[in-house]
This record gives sequence, structure tokens and C-alpha cells, in this order.
Amino acid sequence: MSLSDKDKSNVINFWSKVEPKASEMGGEALGRMLTAYPQTKTYFSHWGDLSPGSSKVRKHGATIMSAVGKAVRNIDNLTRHLAQLSDLHAFQLRVDPANFKILAHNIILVMAMYFPADFTPEIHVSVDKFLSSLAWALSEKYR
Amino acid sequence: MVVWTDFERSTIENIFSKINYEVVGPAAISRCLIVYPWTQRYFGGFGNLYNAAAIIDNPKVAAHGLVVLKGLELAQKNMDNIKATFADLSKLHSEKLLVDPDNFKLLTDCLAIVVAAELGEDFTAEVHAVFQKFLAVVVASLRKQYY
Repeated sequence: MSLSDKDKSNVINFWSKVEPKASEMGGEALGRMLTAYPQTKTYFSHWGDLSPGSSKVRKHGATIMSAVGKAVRNIDNLTRHLAQLSDLHAFQLRVDPANFKILAHNIILVMAMYFPADFTPEIHVSVDKFLSSLAWALSEKYR
Repeated sequence: MVVWTDFERSTIENIFSKINYEVVGPAAISRCLIVYPWTQRYFGGFGNLYNAAAIIDNPKVAAHGLVVLKGLELAQKNMDNIKATFADLSKLHSEKLLVDPDNFKLLTDCLAIVVAAELGEDFTAEVHAVFQKFLAVVVASLRKQYY
């Protein structure tokens, strides 16, 4: 399910709306994931406070979302662009790739919350495909 | 056996009292058919599903969205017994409709997204978690009679 030109332009255009709120939305998405999908907390037990408003959660959510934004700017080259992050996730963090889908769902949900009118089904499908491609590129180095 | 706290019960009741069924049902199902187009395979008799606009305007899709939401309301009214309440529905989906049960998750994901957009700030992380739990129980119950 590769990205068509339309998908790419949908993602790039929608992201320009997201960009100013990206850090906040990232924190929201991560916080929700940890609350609604408690199995994901296992990767962050060293943080202590995993409540949605915690500063560590908000900061890390912002970090993640900023990386997503960078990926949008490298949408034609996701595998190459994400090579280092893939190394990190594969060899150090060793996050089960199934969790990428869970986080993607939460990112999408937060997008719908923040942009109820703009996040139409057509934009949704392009963003869903983009996040899947991103997850795929991120899991490249796993095996 | 699913255990519900008082907070969870009231949260689910609140959600169902706040959402507009006529908006949420059709929006969730049309979003599912657009975002996951392979789900259209189950709606051959619905007429024009050619593109997103057609799906959103399709009255049969909208009507079915309402049917699905009423089904979920049934689960909410029988929260302590969703598995038994949905036994017949599960058989229907498995034996008559022949729906791949993995699709249930796709629809409930879309439902969560639509409800989040509808409720905005009220859909806090805690409310979200409860709703996700409720939907997971619904999906598990619908999968139960598949053999």
C-alpha cells in the first residue's frame, strides 16, 4: 500500500496545519496510548509517572511528533531517512513493531480531535497510509 | 468475566447520552469504508461506493451506521452481559454475513476517532481508555461465535 502522489500532497498539506500544534498533539497522543493501551507502559516503566499530563510523557510525545514532522519532509525517502531511528528501535529500544500501529491510531485520533473539520476521511486514509509506511521504515532493521 | 468500575459504567453511559447517533453512526461506518476500502466487500448491495463523496452521501451506508450504533447501545444497556447479548449477532456475522472478524477492530477504531472528534476536550485520556475497553469487549463478544 504505497503512497500515491495524492497521498503525499494530502499529508504535506495537512501537516502544515498540524505543525504549530505538533508538540502538544504528540504529548496528547503518547499520553492517551499509555492510558488506553496499558500494555505499552512496559516500555516506559523507568519514567515513574506515566499519567497523561506528566512532563516526561509530554516531552517525549513532542519528540516523537517532531520526528514524524521530519519524516513528512522526507516523504519520498522514508527508509533512508529513518535508517538511524530504525537502528535505535531495532537494537536498543526493541519496541515490538505491533506497537507502532497502536501509537499511529492514537496520533490519528488526536488529529481528529484537534481538526474535526479538516481531518476528512480522505485525509485520514492518506495519513493512515503514511504512518504505516513510517512504521514499516522504522522496522526495517529489525530482522 | 468483565469487571466494570462505577467510573467506567457512568463514563460509557455519558458517552452514549452525549453523542448524536445520526451523526456518529454514519460517520464511523463511512470512514471505515473509505479508510479501509477492502471492508466494502461486505456491502455489495449498497449501490454507489465509488469514491469518498459517494460513500458519505449513500443513504444505505448512513442507515446501516445507525443500525450498528443501536447495536452498540444494546451492549451499553447490557454491560454486564455483552457476550450473551451478542451471541446471536456473533453467529449472524460469522455464519450468514461471513465477516472476517479482524474487520470489527477497523470499525471500532474509526468509531473511537469519530467520537473523539465529536466530544473534543471531553474525550479525555481516561474517558478514551474506558471507551477503548468497552469496544474491546464488544469486539471480543462478536468474535466469540466464530468457529
